[in-house]
Amino acid sequence: MARSLKKGPYIPAHLEKKVVKMIESKKKTVIKTWARASMISPDFVGQTFAVHNGNKFIPVYVTENMVGHKFGEFAPTRTFRAHSGARKDESK
Amino acid sequence: MARISGVDLPKHKRGEIGLTYIFGIGRSTAQNILTQSGISFDKKVEEWNDDELNKIRGIITEMKVEGALRSEVQLNIKRLVDINSYRGMRHRSGLPVRGQRTRTNCRTRKGKRKTVANKKKATKM
Repeated sequence: MARSLKKGPYIPAHLEKKVVKMIESKKKTVIKTWARASMISPDFVGQTFAVHNGNKFIPVYVTENMVGHKFGEFAPTRTFRAHSGARKDESK
Repeated sequence: MARISGVDLPKHKRGEIGLTYIFGIGRSTAQNILTQSGISFDKKVEEWNDDELNKIRGIITEMKVEGALRSEVQLNIKRLVDINSYRGMRHRSGLPVRGQRTRTNCRTRKGKRKTVANKKKATKM
């Protein structure tokens, strides 16, 4: 179910603060974040975030198309290695 | 024969059902169209006169149906794939997108069962 409009998008204050600082300082460094549930706001476009996937930080370069999605969508938490049967087909 | 936005409608069906043969029109949209143009749901497609047909056409041309709608859906999927989101990845790998279980079922997305020759069981001694 979608989040109530009344509340507005979920962007943790700590993350927003960091991004605002980055834009002001005009520097481009990677922002590490664990906030996978955070919405990507239009201000984030052009920044690179390192989104935690539970194990590593996955670099995510935010483009315009990503606005409105959440960070977690771009940092997969599972790795799928092909099934044992499927591996045979590849070696052929 | 009634032809609306490139689709032949079935002659012998009720208008409410016949309209649903157009991609992008379901039961509820079909009913809306018919009430808007003041035609009974029970009237068969072949019984519509030119006047009624034009009325229906007029309403449908303002909507997004068939090719335009199909391409919109495809574009939406393409966007998800291009931004490398989770949903896009699922579309790419042909698996269910909305978090359904994949241990069993999901045959619509995955296609026909591909049976893998079963592993040899360790024989009990």
